[in-house]
Amino acid sequence: MTELLVGTRKGLFALEGGPGGPFEVTARAFPGETVDHVLRDPRAGHVVASVTSPFYGPKIWRAEDPAGEWEQARGVGLAEGGEAALERIWTLVAGEEGRLYAGGDPGVLFESRDGGESWQLNAGLWEHPSRTRWQPGGGGLCLHSIATWPGEPDRLAVGISAAGVWLTDDGGQTWRSGNDGLVARYLPDDAPPDEIALCVHRLHRAPMRPRRLFMQFHGGVYRSDDAGETWTGIGAGLPSDFGFPLAIDPADPDSAYVIPLTADVDRVTPDARVRVYETRDAGATWAERGDGLPAEHAYLTILREAFDWAGEGESLELYFGATSGEVFGSGDAGATWSTVGRRLPPVLSVTATG
Amino acid sequence: MRSAYDPPMAVVRLRGPLRRLAGDRSEHAVEAATVLELLVAIEREHPAITGWILDERRRVRRHINVFVNGELGGEETVIGEGDRVEVIPAISGGER
Repeated sequence: MTELLVGTRKGLFALEGGPGGPFEVTARAFPGETVDHVLRDPRAGHVVASVTSPFYGPKIWRAEDPAGEWEQARGVGLAEGGEAALERIWTLVAGEEGRLYAGGDPGVLFESRDGGESWQLNAGLWEHPSRTRWQPGGGGLCLHSIATWPGEPDRLAVGISAAGVWLTDDGGQTWRSGNDGLVARYLPDDAPPDEIALCVHRLHRAPMRPRRLFMQFHGGVYRSDDAGETWTGIGAGLPSDFGFPLAIDPADPDSAYVIPLTADVDRVTPDARVRVYETRDAGATWAERGDGLPAEHAYLTILREAFDWAGEGESLELYFGATSGEVFGSGDAGATWSTVGRRLPPVLSVTATG
Repeated sequence: MRSAYDPPMAVVRLRGPLRRLAGDRSEHAVEAATVLELLVAIEREHPAITGWILDERRRVRRHINVFVNGELGGEETVIGEGDRVEVIPAISGGER
């Protein structure tokens, strides 16, 4: 049984089904509220959800199950009386040793060591001297990607739009940027080499080879083989190198999946067709994976958190949702697809647990 | 016994989730000289409501309206003895 936790503009939807589908909606929580991301804590088994009420602000909630009683987590906020306020929690990630991470706007990282009951702001990143130069992207100054390192709980890479990649080897006490090789077409050619106004859209680490990371950038797809210090463009062969989501096969460090959108000025699927692109050679070549996906008159937008996977290797399942309210699934690593959710509110995030 | 030197006592009415977070009670008598003082006093009395009306900057959230005796107020609006204060989600905050 696979569980999909779908964050939408109007609530959290839980779907259950077999690998690749069909799926049924089994629960809805937070009706009418924006559910940004949801995590099934692999250690405690709880569900943790980030919800941004348009009235009451961003909160993190925790429950045994989506249909259960939700309790508000403590510590999700900035210093009282300061000049900044937490705007949104974009992402929730499970790390090593039971640690949970939450990333959000304005470029903040929180950590929980009690399964999401309470959270602490990462002071090293919050107080980084370069912060005055950080610029928000279109969605705000969002810390949206948190790449943990298997077996190395103190090593993290995070992606911020638009403040680039940040790396830590000491559990977040100190941070350094990792942007060498990224080319921002929206900056002048003579931008300084230490420019950090870099709009990372999504970042994932290959767990079998943790020094390798893949990135969807604001125009460009990249790979790093040195833990995020330097980056190489791998977008050639894609119909467009603009997009938001990215997925990997945990069993194959040469694998990555992207869902291109036409361009930053036209954020819909190219050629009115929905296609996932797969590489199995670390980005040297890309193969179209669209069997069963809408093939005509399809102008979909897939957001950065709305693509996830369960399992690995031959049993890899892939799922993504669109702002059209549809969710698509593949139980065979992208070879074939079906529509597993229909008529939902605009999908912001998909979390798959096999 | 209240003296002339005490801050004014106002009655705050909360609705929906705010009411639930404030001890499941709608009306609260609060001593405060301004709307901000009043909301901070509510947070002190009912910590679960912290962050729901005021953000970390001590500003009323964008899509929350605070009315004093029926008129829209702000953080600095002065409170008088016996004033009626209502905290109501704004129509502008509804999700599209």
